[in-house]
Amino acid sequence: MIIARIIGTVVASQKDARLEGRKLLIVRPINVDGSDTTAYVVAVDTVGAGFHERVLVVAGSSARLAQGMKDAPVDAAIVGVIDTVDVKE
Amino acid sequence: MQLARVIGTVVATMKNESLVGRKLLVVQSLNKDLRPQGKPLVAVDSVGAGVGELVFWCRGKEASFPFKREDTPTDCTIVGIVDSDAHVFNGSKK
Repeated sequence: MIIARIIGTVVASQKDARLEGRKLLIVRPINVDGSDTTAYVVAVDTVGAGFHERVLVVAGSSARLAQGMKDAPVDAAIVGVIDTVDVKE
Repeated sequence: MQLARVIGTVVATMKNESLVGRKLLVVQSLNKDLRPQGKPLVAVDSVGAGVGELVFWCRGKEASFPFKREDTPTDCTIVGIVDSDAHVFNGSKK
């Protein structure tokens, strides 16, 4: 899983039926120290995350395993909203 | 599977129901010389690892196999704790 920050939303009226009613968000992977990277991913929200929040993003086929995502054509899902990250290096 | 060092913890109160009760740890992947390689990732713990420990983890769909496999959305899971750094034998070392 990666840590990411929500930087935008996506609106798509015409999409796969199994994605209907799902919130699509643009997330930017960030480093554990909070600094941004330059990449972005469109991820399906399964927890009700909001703008600028730090979230946990699952990528690959595991994204389908999130609750309510069974058989949906997804390869990135937001599965948690992060409260704190504590890193000792 | 790859070796990694547990370097931190993540707290997330609001999460997918299938992850409730799971421990989330920040892991730094290591190369064969046990030096950091690549970016740290967040992993779900299946063995009771703690900060500072040397562990190995698996990625991809298989990461959900230690749990209820059709219900746990994880692509990175700690599946074992290495007894100590000295237990990692590197074939290229003389």
